[in-house]
Amino acid sequence: MGELEIEKHTQFIMSVEKKKDFDSMVMEHLRMSGAYWGLTTLDLMGKLDAVNREEVVSWVLQCQHDCGFSGNVGHDPHILYTLSAIQILALLDKLDTIDADKISAYIVGLQQEDGSFAGDEWGEIDTRFSYCAVCCLSILHRLDKIDVGKAISYVASCKNFDGGFGCTPGGESHAGQIFCCVSAFAISGALTHVDRDLLGWWLCERQVKSGGLNGRPEKLADVCYSWWVLSSLTIIERVHWIDKEKLKTFILDCQDKEHGGISDRPDDAVDVFHTFFGIAGLSLLEYPGLKPIDPAYALPVHVVDRLFFGQPH
Amino acid sequence: MHGRPRKSSSDGGSQEKDMAKAAGLQSLQTQFFKNHHEKIYTKEALQLNAKLLEINPDIYTAWNYRKLAIKQLLESESESASIKQSLDEELRVVERALKRNLTSYGAWHHRKWVINMGYSSLDHEFQLLDQLLKADSRNFNAWNYRRFVADMKKSRDEDELKFTTKKINENFSNYSAWHNRSAILSHMLKNKYGGISAKEQEMTEEYELVRQALFTDTEDQSGWFYHLWLLGQKIAPIGPKLEMSWPCNGSQLVIDFNEQSHAYVSDFDTPFGTDHCMFSEGIPLVLHFSEPVKGVNASTVSVNSLLLQSESLVWRPISPHGLQAKTWVTLLKLPSTNFRAGETYTVQIRVADTLGIILLNGYNFACPTALNFSLDIHTMTIRSTGGNFETVPLAWEGENFSPLAIDENKFPIELHLGNLSIDGSENQENTRWQQETLDREIKVCRELLEIEMDSKWAKLTLARLLIGQDMLSDGSILRSKRKHTDEVLQLFNDLIEIDPSHAEYYKDQFSLILLDKVSSGKQNLQEYFWDSKGTGSLSNGERNKWLRLHGLSLSRLGCLDQLLWVQRLDISHNRLRSIDGLEALQLLGCLNLSHNLLANFTALGPLRQIKTLRALNIADNKIGAHTVNSTRFSFPSALNNSSISNADTTRDADEEILEISWEITIAFKGLHLRQLDIAGNPANDEKCRRLLMKTLPSLKWLDGTSVN
Repeated sequence: MGELEIEKHTQFIMSVEKKKDFDSMVMEHLRMSGAYWGLTTLDLMGKLDAVNREEVVSWVLQCQHDCGFSGNVGHDPHILYTLSAIQILALLDKLDTIDADKISAYIVGLQQEDGSFAGDEWGEIDTRFSYCAVCCLSILHRLDKIDVGKAISYVASCKNFDGGFGCTPGGESHAGQIFCCVSAFAISGALTHVDRDLLGWWLCERQVKSGGLNGRPEKLADVCYSWWVLSSLTIIERVHWIDKEKLKTFILDCQDKEHGGISDRPDDAVDVFHTFFGIAGLSLLEYPGLKPIDPAYALPVHVVDRLFFGQPH
Repeated sequence: MHGRPRKSSSDGGSQEKDMAKAAGLQSLQTQFFKNHHEKIYTKEALQLNAKLLEINPDIYTAWNYRKLAIKQLLESESESASIKQSLDEELRVVERALKRNLTSYGAWHHRKWVINMGYSSLDHEFQLLDQLLKADSRNFNAWNYRRFVADMKKSRDEDELKFTTKKINENFSNYSAWHNRSAILSHMLKNKYGGISAKEQEMTEEYELVRQALFTDTEDQSGWFYHLWLLGQKIAPIGPKLEMSWPCNGSQLVIDFNEQSHAYVSDFDTPFGTDHCMFSEGIPLVLHFSEPVKGVNASTVSVNSLLLQSESLVWRPISPHGLQAKTWVTLLKLPSTNFRAGETYTVQIRVADTLGIILLNGYNFACPTALNFSLDIHTMTIRSTGGNFETVPLAWEGENFSPLAIDENKFPIELHLGNLSIDGSENQENTRWQQETLDREIKVCRELLEIEMDSKWAKLTLARLLIGQDMLSDGSILRSKRKHTDEVLQLFNDLIEIDPSHAEYYKDQFSLILLDKVSSGKQNLQEYFWDSKGTGSLSNGERNKWLRLHGLSLSRLGCLDQLLWVQRLDISHNRLRSIDGLEALQLLGCLNLSHNLLANFTALGPLRQIKTLRALNIADNKIGAHTVNSTRFSFPSALNNSSISNADTTRDADEEILEISWEITIAFKGLHLRQLDIAGNPANDEKCRRLLMKTLPSLKWLDGTSVN
């Protein structure tokens, strides 16, 4: 309970890249996303200056392939890590280091006949990838390069009986997928496809007795849903339907006050994924001392405003 | 990453073991990547890769490698049996990986990729799925995969439905099974009946199934969500339709013209009778549908009258985005040179006579409707006195108002929407079945509440059912026949107490029911009419007549289709965070939103679509008090790739105003406000006021002071 331990969390994030234990090794393939989570969290806490930007950019560029970015040096490219890379470069205001047309072409090449997106050349289809495509291209100001109408109608075809969305048509509603679909609609100006009252109610029912949020009915609360559910609710203007104070308390209870970092639920092992989503969630809950975060682009508002309205820092 | 206990830092022994494990993994990885980059696909290399995947099935590159190896194999090997053997080995690798992590996307996709080749037994897949879904019946990767295999095998919907029945009977609390059931059932009904209408028999069986779940555990939500879906399938009153228009069907407008040929319109059928409303560009014709549609244009809506030119009317969707909207508007331009005083002209409108109006789900809007109204040309030379707040600003304060008594006869009569071509008998059948279903399900809820008095789910569902029953019983637009309003309001009050975490949700529903009650019929609306004694007016010096819904604790707006005729609206002193839907009020001239909870300028987005708005009061809200703007994506801007000119929102010459500039521009640009009140908002500072005056060139009064 009590306060957000900003100093401890900063130290935790800075220490993550040096870790050589088993659990860290097992996550090496998604280091690009890990870097995005860590760096964005630092910025939200006002601690981005602790990082050597040139080093970060040069590592990101090492993961650039002819098409797309990979999760780590030497790994294969994938749309998930392409988005994370672009988000990192946007955060650091270094988008001029890449060839935006080349990256757009890569993403355009992943769009299928029915409007859906594959994750890479091996063809896995998932609405997560639709979000990656739309978000990435919008940041690069090239959304018109894909068939937006088809992309949106594919996402709309994944709408379920409860107003939520799944990975593919017929897939069960899940808060993570819902975030991806609602954000894709938001970024493309297509929010009319969301039944805000029906979905808003399903989302607010994710709040369980402990005050935390789960991802779908009868599952355990988890800090990462503080982001997936909360950002979706924010975009559709229904965030007042949950008890914000109780959620704040739940997130703060998931901190490791000794070593820093936030875990999925109280007293579990921490990691940078849950640290990001916990702090991003607190930002959406207007926790004092944190910068505001954009609910669809999942980047600090000042970064997004700079990208779209030419605002200075 | 999930569900692992926090280790204490003093556990030295396990740290050593962990480091050894890490080193082992590191060496496997290094070797694997070497093989991958050098394209080595020997048996040993593949075994090493398999070992790696068993430890960490989430290394997606390792799965890519296996596919490359298979591709290479297929280039050299053509013997079916040998290929099948290799692919079977792939399936075994996947199975071992899944045992490690049942939710590994990479593993599931690899399996799908292999099966897609067509060499493997689909029955074996079903068996494996049975096992895996027994171990974790909520695993959505497994359910998705099952859908894929069933599709490949061309399984019958009925068989897949049986599988969901089996899982539900094993455990009622299996939301995944209910979800899949809803998807299969929708598919079956669509195929069988070629459309959205459900047939009684199937649905009654579904209700019986779900009832068992509800009675077994009243607090388990899975059954209730499914139940709500069943209700939604056929409970809404007879499908999408045209709900309301302005002018109303059968109304008689009286028109006076002034020297500049501006039309002054009086509408005897609204509560305010002789309230002159001035239109300089033409009389708006407003159509309000029950759900968003697109394709409203001169070919799908015909407007016929002697006094109209033959040119096509242009219809505008009133919505923040694109081409779909509930409200559509066109302007009837009336050059006064065509008329003579004392003449009456009728206007006939036919909506959806031809196909072309489309719903969000792609289906045709199939409810042809006819309406008509008449225009009485009164005088041709009305004297235009002042108006537009030339000398003093509008006074908003309560003490300037007095209750207004309305001639009971001058009231919106029932909207006579003559339906041109609806098959009466089919509708009657549908309605009868809907009534029966509602009656039965209401009884079920009441029975449950006798056993579990404080069941939130039963109360919420009961409230929804009672609302549905009310909507069904009147069928037409006249709402004075509501029977259950008071019980519904009480249910929501109960829910606020039983389930305080969701209090704001229940309060929003409460607001909607309250507004429905207020707007349903003469007696109810009567107490909200007020007369403003204050000077300053929109038109020719007459007293101002207002609809005042202030101080009702409203947190949400609704039933706005009943209020299309309103010109002056006071919804101050409420709890509104959003004014979504207000754009439907296309005749609105004065709006009081003071003392609400509006948090950003972008929340005012709906007002951009109201061209007649001249006086706006947003004083004493929360604009600028919050860091989070939840209306950022609700209105067109560069953020959501809307095609409005970016010149609107890029760098302003005055650097100081940059911080809040884009929000103010989005909210106010294009509005012809003459009066704005904004005091009492944290964002109201010098910069803000300067930018507002810049964005609103026609502004005359800012917070009661003259702008000049």
